[in-house]
Amino acid sequence: MKPALLVSAFVAALACAATARALDEEIVARLGAEEVGTRLEAINALVASGDEAALALLQAMQDGQVNLTPSGRVVVVRGDKAFDAATMAPIEPEPEGLESIVVNNRIRGALDTAIGALKLLSPDRAVRLASAKAIETTSQAALLPLIEKAISRESDPGIRKSLQQTKAALDLKSSDPGTRLAAVSTLAESNQAQVKTRLLALLEKDASGSFVEPDAQVRAAAERSIDSIQRRLLISDYLARLFTGLSLGSILLLVALGLAITYGLLGVINMAHGEMLMIGAYATFVTQQLFKSYAPGLFDWYLVAAIPVAFAASALVGMALERSVIRWLYGRPLETLLATWGISLFLIQLVRQIFGAQNVEVANPSWMSGGVELTNMVLPYNRIAIIAFSMFVLLMMWLMLSRTRLGLFVRGVTQNRIMASCVGVPTERVDLLAFGLGSGVAGLAGCALSQIGNVGPDLGQSYIIDSFMVVVLGGVGQLAGTVYAALGLGVLSKFLEPHIGAVLTKILVLVLIIAFIQKRPQGLFALKGRAVEA
Amino acid sequence: MKLEELEMRYVPRIEPLFSGPGWMALGAFALVTLVVLPLLYLLPAADSALHVSSYTITLAGKIMCYCIVAMAMNLIWGYTGILSLGHGVFFALGGYAFGMYLMRQIGREGQYQSDLPDFMVFLDWKAFPWFWTGSEHFLWSATLVILAPGLLALAFGYFAFRSRIKGVYFSIITQAMTFAFMLLFFRNDTGFGGNNGFTDFKRVLGFPITAPSTRAAIFAMTALALIGVVFLTRYLIRSKVGRVLTAIRDSESRLMFSGYNPLGYKLFVWTLSAVLCGIAGALYVPQVGIINPSEMSPANSIEIAVWVAVGGRGSLIGPLLGAAVVNGAKSFFTQTFPEYWLFFLGLLFILVTLFLPRGVIGLLSPARWRRT
Repeated sequence: MKPALLVSAFVAALACAATARALDEEIVARLGAEEVGTRLEAINALVASGDEAALALLQAMQDGQVNLTPSGRVVVVRGDKAFDAATMAPIEPEPEGLESIVVNNRIRGALDTAIGALKLLSPDRAVRLASAKAIETTSQAALLPLIEKAISRESDPGIRKSLQQTKAALDLKSSDPGTRLAAVSTLAESNQAQVKTRLLALLEKDASGSFVEPDAQVRAAAERSIDSIQRRLLISDYLARLFTGLSLGSILLLVALGLAITYGLLGVINMAHGEMLMIGAYATFVTQQLFKSYAPGLFDWYLVAAIPVAFAASALVGMALERSVIRWLYGRPLETLLATWGISLFLIQLVRQIFGAQNVEVANPSWMSGGVELTNMVLPYNRIAIIAFSMFVLLMMWLMLSRTRLGLFVRGVTQNRIMASCVGVPTERVDLLAFGLGSGVAGLAGCALSQIGNVGPDLGQSYIIDSFMVVVLGGVGQLAGTVYAALGLGVLSKFLEPHIGAVLTKILVLVLIIAFIQKRPQGLFALKGRAVEA
Repeated sequence: MKLEELEMRYVPRIEPLFSGPGWMALGAFALVTLVVLPLLYLLPAADSALHVSSYTITLAGKIMCYCIVAMAMNLIWGYTGILSLGHGVFFALGGYAFGMYLMRQIGREGQYQSDLPDFMVFLDWKAFPWFWTGSEHFLWSATLVILAPGLLALAFGYFAFRSRIKGVYFSIITQAMTFAFMLLFFRNDTGFGGNNGFTDFKRVLGFPITAPSTRAAIFAMTALALIGVVFLTRYLIRSKVGRVLTAIRDSESRLMFSGYNPLGYKLFVWTLSAVLCGIAGALYVPQVGIINPSEMSPANSIEIAVWVAVGGRGSLIGPLLGAAVVNGAKSFFTQTFPEYWLFFLGLLFILVTLFLPRGVIGLLSPARWRRT
């Protein structure tokens, strides 16, 4: 919305300023020609002039404001006033028998490119940047004069570089070997895969067996440039995979942290852990709806309020479950597995009855949309926020476990329940609180997930098996194991996926985990001890 | 004392295969499923009060397949104490192996009148992939029904038991396994029909598959298989191997200190259990007429565990009872109150584990199952 407004304001400003300078009348007259070809030529000529007035005229043409008098004069009609197309001087008296110039698809396409290109001269940096990006892959040599003009005026180094790349790509078609050589060398800086394809085309032979590019020096330079582009593309590709891997890993970490705590402490796997995520996500949804109705002005900050709400909702449900069901099954881990699965079915159906089976819509706050641009990839803010958030939760968890009394108790009970109980640790309360904590962290994960994916009754199911694998791989009792396993699995999956596909990746990861626990059955970081299971 | 006397005193007497009432019950079951039901299905006219409908025969046949699965689960969980959350994969593999044969039996009667199954024509494949080789022969398919789940279980079990993965770890790894297989079979390129799986079967061994006589025959075969599994389980549990298995359940460490290596025993019972599941799957597919990857969903596998839990694990008839009751309830709920089925199932999981650790059987004969 915003750029569009800016553009129209800019066009309006140009329209006023343009009265001072006139366009080439002959070219303007050709806009009204009978043949489409002549009109296209006129449009290209207007672009090549790089004139601000040309942009205003072309925009008017796109809006259907350009008309033809019976005498063949091209005029622009705004409201009920007519202006001369070349000078923008008002015409009095108003001409009669005006006929609108038909804009067919071919002309519309040409107009779009032309207007886009002419925005290179806009005073607004954002408009120029967008325009420069839009024409980056063009192959229209007619734009060259305009681009050259834009380069000479450009003050922003980023846009300037992009324009130089575009110019160099167009220069490849030049008849002068020197220009081509310079262009090929400039293109070594490119980040575009298309540029690589174009350079590769230079090295091919045509039907008669001679090279497309006759000059050997240019060919050698092209090879060097291709190598350099290749390397850059590869690096940025790996960086992108690393980023998505870390983002997946931090989600797995958020999900698995709570799971690992309860497993380490109580020896039970909570199959309803995924539903704690779901409850957190729905708590976020409810908070969002409350903000929408009662505090629309603060809507952008609903997420901040949703974090404690999601934590509390999941923690309360978790503690209620611990009290009512799980407590009675301690010492029977397999039965706990089944009972918590039952709980998960129950919760899913309950949420379906309350909120409906369809997904609910949780919006990103405006400060979370968009992203950081790096060479040829975009790192979305919501992914970055999730990585940061999970690191924050991890830090809190670590502080809690290593610096507080409850943390000390949790570690004590994890290591030796009977001994801890003997020295006066209230193990039942520790169990309850730790279970609440684990569920609460799952709620936080749900809150985070609501920002990047769909929120529906099945939300928990999609992450839960992967996070079980994290716990199996990481071992229990130490945060470090969970952290390494989660981030490792996330990054590994994202590096494998482009090569073998998502499904085979899942299978391969499972095989790797099974192979790994051949060596270390207790996971990456097992607590050392001399206890033997009964 | 002589060795024989020592044995007389300290080695428990081997129990008879079945008690008197046990034999009677088995005989009655065999009579009903092998003679009475098929005859009532085939002979009386459709409007006769004695007539048994196709629906009933199919439902009963389906439930008997589930009973076999429940027995298989009982072997590994009830007697050996290893909870598998991935038995659905073995069931489905057996079903797919036999489904391949049924697909080949369609011949050129598919929608595209091609030698290849419709889904392959749809994918524009020109020939059968290598793993379909020989699937047109009944015997090879029947062998695959045993080999496919058996080999998978053997390989998976070897690596899992060797590194002494047990308890919840083992359970969630088996769950991940079935999940991964489900994803694999959902892919069209895997070569098993993707989403839709196999369906639209026409005939088996040349007989039309929907004909009453064919149905009755498959029904009777399922009943025979179930009776066979009951015999096998009972025989196994009575034997020395069975005693080692229960020892693994009750105290694996103590068994190891006594000089036994549990690996071979676990692997044996795990593979046997998988093979039984595969056979059940192969009998299930011609009766139900479809096999698709949703059979491998983790939820399905964990449901198997609840059949056994409801009936009473570690007992011979408990799992049969559980499979029949839960599936009967499922048929009832999904027809009358579909939205409450998950509530019911969820509560069943919770209540049975909380209040009926020995299942329904524990309720019926409290004296025999009192904790020692």
